This record gives sequence, C-alpha cells and structure tokens, in this order.
Amino acid sequence: MNWEILGIWLGAMLTLCLYSFLYRDNPFYKFAEHLFVGMSAGYWVIYSIENVLKPNWWQQMFPEDGGFNWIWIIPGIFALFMLARIIPKIAGLSRMALGMIIGAGAGVNMVGFFQTNAMAQVKGTIISVSSGGAWDIISNIILVVGVITGLVYFFFSKAHTGIVGKTANVGITILMVAFGASFGYTIMARISLLIGRCQFLIFDWIPTIPRLLGIGG
Amino acid sequence: MRNLSAVIAVLLLSLAGFALADNTDPPESVLQNVGLAHEVCRIADLQASDIPNDEGGSVKLSWILESEGIRPDSLEIMRRDPAGSEELITTLPANITDYSDDSVRNGATYSYWILSYLGGVAEACSDEVQAVASAQWLYSGRIGMLIILTLIMAVIIYYIESGKRGKELYIREIAGLAAVDDAVGRATEMGRPVLYVPGIMDMDNIQTIASIVILGRVARKTAEYGSPLLVPTSRSVVMSVAQEVVKEGYLQAGRSDTFNRENIQYLTDDQFGYAAGVDGIMVREKPAAIFLLGCFYAESLILAETGRSVGAIQIAGTAMPSQIPFFIAACDYTLIGEELFAASAYLSREPKLLGSLKGQDAGKLFFLILIVAGVVAASIGDFWSPMKSVAEFLRKLVTVN
Repeated sequence: MNWEILGIWLGAMLTLCLYSFLYRDNPFYKFAEHLFVGMSAGYWVIYSIENVLKPNWWQQMFPEDGGFNWIWIIPGIFALFMLARIIPKIAGLSRMALGMIIGAGAGVNMVGFFQTNAMAQVKGTIISVSSGGAWDIISNIILVVGVITGLVYFFFSKAHTGIVGKTANVGITILMVAFGASFGYTIMARISLLIGRCQFLIFDWIPTIPRLLGIGG
Repeated sequence: MRNLSAVIAVLLLSLAGFALADNTDPPESVLQNVGLAHEVCRIADLQASDIPNDEGGSVKLSWILESEGIRPDSLEIMRRDPAGSEELITTLPANITDYSDDSVRNGATYSYWILSYLGGVAEACSDEVQAVASAQWLYSGRIGMLIILTLIMAVIIYYIESGKRGKELYIREIAGLAAVDDAVGRATEMGRPVLYVPGIMDMDNIQTIASIVILGRVARKTAEYGSPLLVPTSRSVVMSVAQEVVKEGYLQAGRSDTFNRENIQYLTDDQFGYAAGVDGIMVREKPAAIFLLGCFYAESLILAETGRSVGAIQIAGTAMPSQIPFFIAACDYTLIGEELFAASAYLSREPKLLGSLKGQDAGKLFFLILIVAGVVAASIGDFWSPMKSVAEFLRKLVTVN
C-alpha cells in the first residue's frame, strides 16, 4: 500500500467534505466535523498529559534525580477538587480551584496588560510633532490625534455630545480606517490559505487519480 | 652590584605593591602557576556585582580583554567560595565579555578571577574581585508603574465607595449591550435557542473573564425569558466556570429547574476543531441570537459568517485588534476592545462595578493629560532644550524595564 497516496487522498477528501459546507450542512460535512472535533479533543488530552501534567506537575513532584517535593501535592489536590464536580455532594470544592485560577489569572495578567496596553502605548505616543520631514510631521500628528481621540471614544462616564462627541467621532473614524486596513490585510492572508488548499488539490491530489486508475505514469 | 641592588629594589617595591593591593590582585596560588609572560592579553577591568531585581543566587561578571598582546584561546573563570575552596566555574571563548554565575548563595562573599589560556597554558590572570548576591523585594524598573497603578486604584476605590454611598454614577449607552435584551427576546419569540461563544482562550485570559461575567447576565435574561442557552467551550476550565455562572444566573431568575448542564459543553482545545464544532451547532440548532464575546483569533470570521448565514442577530466583542474588523463586517453589534470590559458594569448597573468603570475613566484622563503634556513638551523641546528634559521625564515615568 502506498501510504503517501493514502495520506493525500485522505487530506483531499476531508478538504472537500469541509468545503461542502459552502453549499449547506450535509452528511459529508458532519462526518468531517465530528472526525475533526473528536480527533483534536483526543489529541489535546494526550498533549495535555505529556506536555503539561507530566513536566509541570509529576516530574516536579518526583524529580529525575530522586526525592519527593511535597509542595507539589497542593496543585494535585486542587486538580482533584476540579474532578469533584462529578460527585454532586462535593461539587462545591471545584469552586476553590476555579477561584484560584481566575484570581491568579486576573492578577498576573493585570500587570502585563497595564504594561503593554497602557504604559508602552503612552510612551510611544510622547513624540515630537515638529521635527523631521513633512511626512514625519503629518504621520506623527495623525498618530497623536488618533490616540487622543480614540481614548476619548472609550470614555464611558461622559455622554458623547458636544465637543466630547465630536472628538469621539474623529476617534471612531480613525479606528474604522485602521480596522479597514487590517481587514484587507488579513483577507489577503486568508486568500493565500485558500490558494494553498487549491494548490494541494490541483497539484498533489488530481495527479494521483490517473495513477490510481492505472492511466498514464 | 648596582644592577643587583636595582633588581632587589624593584622586587621589594613589587612585594610592597602586592601587600598594599589587598584583594584586588591575582591570588598567590594562581600566580605560582601562571607564566606571567605578558605577551598574552590579560583580562582588565573585571567587575562582579549582584544582578539587580532578581531573587538572588546570581552574580554578574563583566570584563574587557586588553587590546595589546596575543589574543588568548580561552578564558577560565575561577571562583573562591566563603569556605576558601577554589573552583573553575566555566571556560569561555576569548570574545565573550560577560558571564552570569547562577550558582551562588545569597549573602555569601565570593571571589572571582579570570585566567587567559593560550595553547592549554594559563598565561595571564586578572585581578581578583568580590561580590555578594542578594534578593530584591522591589523591582526597581517598575516603580513608575507602581505609582501610576496605586494612584488609579486609589481613584477607583474612591468612586466605588461613592457608588456604594448612593451617588449616581452616569455611564453612556453602549449600543451592543443595549441590544442584549432585544436579542434574547427575539430568540424567545422565535422559539429558538441563544448561542453564547466565550472565545477560545482559558480562564487566565482577561477577555474570557470579562466574557464569563457577561454570560452571567445573559443567562439570567434567558432564564427569565425561558429560552435555551447553549454555551460550547474550547477549554475544560471555561466549561466548568460557565456551568457555575449559568447555574447562578438561573438561580437568580428563580428558574433553577430549567437549568440544563448539558447545554454548556466542551468541544475541543483545537482552534479550528472548535470552530468546526460551533459552526455545526449553528447550522443544526439555528439559534436566533448569537453572542461572540471573548478572545478570538483566526476563527472569528468563520464563526461570524456562519452565524450570519443562519439569520441570527449577532452581538460580538473582543479586545483582539486584528479580529474586530471581521466582527464589525459580519455582526449586528460589536463591542470594541474596552467596551467588552465595560459590559459587566453596564449590564449589572451595580455601584461597585460602575465605580470601578468611573475610576478607569479617571485613569484614561490621566494618561490623556500625560500624552498631551508629553507631546507639547517634546515638540517645544525641538526649539527650546529645557522642555526636552520634561518630555524625557514623562517618558521615563511610563517606562517599564
């Protein structure tokens, strides 16, 4: 059996099954969808065990050079708390683990978010609008005006009326222009993905059909 | 005889020099073995210091290689611990000019020196330097951030307290959120379910947390209206949290009997596997209202387009700048960035959350003033140099190392 051809055919059939969704929901799409969801769910279970559970917990608790780090029992207990959801009587224990995940997530991310979304942006906007060439000056003015008016748009405790409303309108207009550019750019990337799939079907899959039927080389 | 006297004088002076040099000269044990031919470049200006802003246990060494002389093959970094035992800690190529020793104890004094090797023989030795590693409680590069965060938090707490005391806190209308009731009502009238997609990231993501808070409000609404609520999730923890939140919403609405845990299900962690699964739910269940709120990546357009094709009213929201355009193009209402985070306060109208939102607005105003002042200072600074330092100070204030 030629495994390479089998792989190409499997890829091509599943690609066509998924693209059949463009017409309407149908059994071929359902088959591909369920296969995809099921296989990926199974894959992630193994991935999580091999790349998360083992290195980040088990091997920390029982290091290769021997010994036993008892502190790693604590995350193990929290993991068991999560599984307690299966038993209705003690399902409430899972809330402790969930609370810790959400609290730690919010706390740790707050610093990172504030750093990248606030501090770095402000620093990047404190620029001169009077130096450099004509295009530099225009570019810098657009940047500063865009940031200031965009910021005004995201004021929630002030009604968008009068001068605030007009400033916010400028802000949302600049945001929409930016979104439009981003949209076009990403669509181009998606088209290239489509081209990649089409190339696979035309150059990899179709040439195997005559070979399979015993026609030509 | 005169020559001999001169040699003795030079030797005596050299010995006196060694004695006076305290611990900055090469250790004697090394000097005995090193040829001191002086043709091979010696390490000059060896510096050893504790690495700042860390948990300790590390010493940073830096040096320069003398420019005149033969370049050595390699460098050996030697260390003497507090007990007096000497050891080679690493061998480096001659072009390296710094090294971090990560195997020291905090509070102990270590001595370092570097030997220049040529043809397997130690030909030159640097001066000896000492360093003590220590841990730092405060990260000095984030002092500016600490000050700003503390100020903003103080303002937020002030507004929260004001809200608790009954002060009316205004919040402008957010179109996408004002439509939540209409969307759920539409689903009820049409007898179709409501589909809520909380994004593809886990519970440690701020957008997912914001989405789950909104889910609580939507769940309460669907419970009141009696519409089924479907929540497919991409992460198992998100599923668990969503189940708890939806259950809470049904309890608040007094309809806990209609809560169905099976409606909040895990599909897969895989991005496009999840997108395929949600698409399948959309075309089979034909929801009348779809909420796409949370952190999305490339699957955003796939989901939004499919939702549109089944004729659902769609309310989307994300803080991912690259995905917002797709939601704007394919959904009826879109919450842009910060609006997603404001949603929980808007929907609940709780004084605590409204106060927090008001405090965040004060933070934005602070940054706005900072930007305007900084830009003005930087622009005037091009013509009048004292203003340049003002702009530099403001930049430094928001710099995080």
